[in-house]
Amino acid sequence: MEITETATASEPEEKRPSALGRMFITLYNVYSFIARFFKEAFLPPYEGKELLRQCYEIGYRSALLISTTGFITGVVFTKQSRPSLSEFGATSWLPSLVGIALLKTLAPLLTGLIAAGKVGSSIGAELGSMRVTEQIDAMEVSATNPFKFLVSTRVLAATITIPILTFYTAMVGMLGSLLNVSMFESTSAKAFFQASLEQITFLDFTASTVKAIIFGFTIGIVGCYQGYNSSKGTEGVGKAANSAVVIAMFLIFVEEVISVQFFGLFKT
Amino acid sequence: MLNKSLTDTTAEKVIQIKGLFKSFGNYHVLRDVDLDLYRGENLVVLGKSGTGKSVLIKIIIGLLTPDKGRVEVLNNVVDEITYQELLALRLQVGFSFQNSALYDSMTVRENLEFPLVRNRKTLTKGEVNKLVEETLDAVGLLQTINQMPSELSGGQRKRIGIARTLILQPEIMLYDEPTAGLDPITCLDINKLINEVQERYKTSSIVITHDLTCAKAVGNRVAMLLDGKFERQGTFEEVFNTNDERVKPFYDYNFIK
Repeated sequence: MEITETATASEPEEKRPSALGRMFITLYNVYSFIARFFKEAFLPPYEGKELLRQCYEIGYRSALLISTTGFITGVVFTKQSRPSLSEFGATSWLPSLVGIALLKTLAPLLTGLIAAGKVGSSIGAELGSMRVTEQIDAMEVSATNPFKFLVSTRVLAATITIPILTFYTAMVGMLGSLLNVSMFESTSAKAFFQASLEQITFLDFTASTVKAIIFGFTIGIVGCYQGYNSSKGTEGVGKAANSAVVIAMFLIFVEEVISVQFFGLFKT
Repeated sequence: MLNKSLTDTTAEKVIQIKGLFKSFGNYHVLRDVDLDLYRGENLVVLGKSGTGKSVLIKIIIGLLTPDKGRVEVLNNVVDEITYQELLALRLQVGFSFQNSALYDSMTVRENLEFPLVRNRKTLTKGEVNKLVEETLDAVGLLQTINQMPSELSGGQRKRIGIARTLILQPEIMLYDEPTAGLDPITCLDINKLINEVQERYKTSSIVITHDLTCAKAVGNRVAMLLDGKFERQGTFEEVFNTNDERVKPFYDYNFIK
């Protein structure tokens, strides 16, 4: 149950909570929202059809932008790294460097930030618009649980799809890198990919996957929270979309720092 | 226009509200509201904008929670039932929104199918199609079946909104400002539709409005919300046969201007 700032009829005057009080109310509401997500998402009835539709929407909506960005990142990263490595006669390390950089950090971070902008804003605006035009209330009164139908499916879809997009970004980035490498050296695609992947450990792969799952969950839950709780008409919709992006991006950077520290503990 | 008969007050009460309070911040909207809806009647709730008319029906359907008081709908105390029981109760109570609240990413057909396929899971595809077409026909808009809500006029959107609630064949209908923002001719059509719904689907209804033409056309009984309470209830004539300065301007504006 959301905490709202309503007074009971018997109260003569309502005191507005302090800034600290409002912060705790917001934190409690976020906690309740997340707790409700876990309850609604994993208890029947399931919204399988809507979940698949959302996975397709999120993947389809982001694929072109992610492909372009991933490819350009691969090309530019390789081009910029070449002079430094060539000073030491180590250009043969380029594939490994690109592979590690892309898989461990660039692909999860890039995908997360792009999806926060593209998917997070879209979820925030869509749900915000549905809230202010009473479409969510209309679902409620037609005996449909809107939280399960709208929120659970979108958060789950983002959590499932972002890791897939992350590995797709890494792959496209490596193709960009291969293009750049091929322009300067004669190397086969097989040799390039072998060299790129040989330095990547199971821990690196796990860390990237876990990070991408967390980023996806963050994008979904922030977008849904902002949209589902939006108010004040069209201004509220804009604010929901904007907050969904800004908050998700900020949290993604925080989570990146924490995960680097955390997975660093497992390195020998 | 259909002939309206007076309410049978010996009939079963489908909604009973006792001592209802609701505030938003320091703004006390509803103060000790008592109201009954009898089976088969159309009860019109009148009042100025911002007097809590819509809040009242949102409390009845469980979209808002009261600060104090008891709301009983079809023998269920709304505040005391579980969420699952509330969802089941909502199948028996239709709610027509002021702005129609159609799902704007779905066609008219999908709007009507949405509550049906989720709540009547045993229906075949053919039965769903038949029900959708029958209900659209009942509101006179079968030809819009494949259109998007953005392609419809205000009056058409209202009708589709009503059709979407009727498709679940509720016992009670709650209309929130059904004629707001519509031209006079379309208002008459909507009034006629409300009466037809009562006749055809045997519903008991609460109609929220500040349009006295609508109130007169559809109401078996009228209740006027004044200062957060229902101080005047009865037939249209009983309610407006008064020198109360809070009521008279309402009548004068609508019928004398």
